[in-house]
Amino acid sequence: MDKRVANAIALTALWVSALTTVAILAAVILYVFVNGISQLSLEFIFTWPHGVNSEGGVWPTIVSTLYVTALAMLIVTPVAVLAAVYLAEYAVQGRLVGMIRFAADSLASVPSIVMGLFGLALFVEAMGIGFSMLSAAMALSFLMLPIVMRTTEEAIRAVPKYIRWGAYGLGATKWQTVSRSVLPAAMPRIITGIILATGRAVGETAVVIYTMGQAINLPLTPLDSGRPMTVHLYLLAMEGINLPAAYGSALLLMIMILAFNLGARYFLRRSSRRT
Amino acid sequence: MADQLRTRSTSVPASAVRDKISVKGLEFHYGDFHALTGVTVGIREKAVTAFIGPSGCGKSTFLRCFNRMNDLIPGTRMGGKITLDGEDIYAPGVDPVDLRRRIGMIFQQPNPFPMSIYDNVAFGPRLHGMKRRSELDEVVQRSLERANLWKETKDILDRNGLALSGGQQQRLCIARVLAVEPDILLMDEPCSAIDPTSVQKIEDLMAELKDRITIIIVTHNMQQAARVSDFTAFFLQERTGEPAVLVEFDRTANVFTSPKDRRTEDYITGRFG
Repeated sequence: MDKRVANAIALTALWVSALTTVAILAAVILYVFVNGISQLSLEFIFTWPHGVNSEGGVWPTIVSTLYVTALAMLIVTPVAVLAAVYLAEYAVQGRLVGMIRFAADSLASVPSIVMGLFGLALFVEAMGIGFSMLSAAMALSFLMLPIVMRTTEEAIRAVPKYIRWGAYGLGATKWQTVSRSVLPAAMPRIITGIILATGRAVGETAVVIYTMGQAINLPLTPLDSGRPMTVHLYLLAMEGINLPAAYGSALLLMIMILAFNLGARYFLRRSSRRT
Repeated sequence: MADQLRTRSTSVPASAVRDKISVKGLEFHYGDFHALTGVTVGIREKAVTAFIGPSGCGKSTFLRCFNRMNDLIPGTRMGGKITLDGEDIYAPGVDPVDLRRRIGMIFQQPNPFPMSIYDNVAFGPRLHGMKRRSELDEVVQRSLERANLWKETKDILDRNGLALSGGQQQRLCIARVLAVEPDILLMDEPCSAIDPTSVQKIEDLMAELKDRITIIIVTHNMQQAARVSDFTAFFLQERTGEPAVLVEFDRTANVFTSPKDRRTEDYITGRFG
C-alpha cells in the first residue's frame, strides 16, 4: 500500500476515534440538558419535595450531598496528604512502599458498592453510628483516599530538586524543607487532586445509599441521616414516579460536578502559569 | 611580593592571608563510581576561588562537599578531611543543618520558592526563628540591597518571586542566602542559565561581596573565572571511569598566564574541554 494512503487511513482512524469520544460526551450532556432544563428553576433547587417525595424541589438532597462531601473531604485530606508526604519524602523506597502504593491503587479499584456494604457493616451497624452523614462521609473517604494520596504524591515528586536544595542550603531541617517549601510548591496540584476526588464523591451513589439512608431530611449534625441527590435521582427514575424531575436532578448534579472539574483546571492552570 | 598579589582584574585583599577552608586527601564516591581522588587544597578567606574544568570533572561534586549537600544524595561516600576555620565539618558532632546556615549556596537554575519576593528573602531568617515583622522588614531590605535588587523590587515585594526575570531571580536567590549571613558562598555555575546583562550584574556583586564573604564559584566559562576570581583550581578527569583530580591550583593570574601543568595549558588554550 502506498505510504501516503496508509498515512491518510491512520489519520482518519485517529480522528474518528477522538471525535467519537467527544460525541459521546456531547450526546450524554445534550440528552440530560434537553430533558432536564425545563425542570430547573429556583423553586426546584430551593424547595422541599412533597407528595410521595416525587413532586416539588430537591433542596434537602443538595444539602445532604454537599454536607457529606465536605465532611468526607475534611476526613480524607489530612490523612491522604500526610500519607503522601511520608511515601514521597520519608519512606525508604523499597518493597514496603511499593506495597503501600499497590494497596492504594487496589483500594481505588474496589467497586463502590462493596465499599458501601463495608460502610454499612462497619460504621452503620458495628460502630452503631447509624445511617448518617458521618457514616457516609467515612465510607466515601475510603473511596477518595487513594485518589488524593496518589495525586498528592505525584505533586510532591514533581517539585523540582532545586526547590528542596534551596531550602536545605539555607539550613532548613527535613521537616522545614517539606512543610515550608515543598508542600507550598506542590499545593496547587494537591488542591486539584482534592477537587477531583470531591467531584467523584458528589456523583457517588452506591456508597451513600448504604450509609446515609434515604430519609428526606435537612442534616444539621454529622449524625443526622439524609438523602443524597444521586439516591433521590435513582428513586425518582426507578420507581418511575417523576421522570422529568429525575432529569432535572441529573442536570443539576452534572452542573455541580462540572463546576468542581472547572475549579480543578483553574487551579492547575494558575499553578503552571507561575513556573 | 606586592606584585604577586595582583591578578589580571582584581586585587586580593590584604586580609586574604589565611585559609578559610582546608581540604586534605579528599576522595569521593557515587556508589561504585570513584569521582574524585586525592584533592588537597586551601580556600583563602575573603577571596573568590574558581573551580574550572570540563563537564563531569567533579567540580560541582567537590563544591557540594563543603556544605554537605552530598549527604542528601543516596549512595555517596567521602573520604579525607575538610576543615572550616580549623574544625572538621564531617566530625560526628557536626549537624549539617547548622553548617548550611554558615555556607550559602547558589545553583545553576535560579530556584526562588513559589511565594512572594518578601517571603523568599525572609525564608531563612524565619527558619531560624525570627518572627518580628520589623526585624524581618529590615533583613529583607538589607539583603535585597546587598544583592543589588532592592531598587527593582521595593515596590513589588508581595509579587511572586517566579514573576521576575531569570537574572533577577538569581539575584533574589543571592539575597535569600545573604539574609542568613553566611561566611561562605558556594556558587554552582550561577550564570549559565541567565542573560549576559544579568551575568555582568552578578559578577559585579561578587566583587562587592568578597570584602566580607569567602566565595567559591564553579564555572564552565574560563573568561568568567579569569574576570572574577583571585584563585583558580583546575580539575580534570583524564579517562572515562577514572576519578578526577585537582591538576593545578594557584593565583588566577598564574593559572591563566603561566600554568605549571601541561594539561592546564591545553585546557585554557582551548585544546580540549
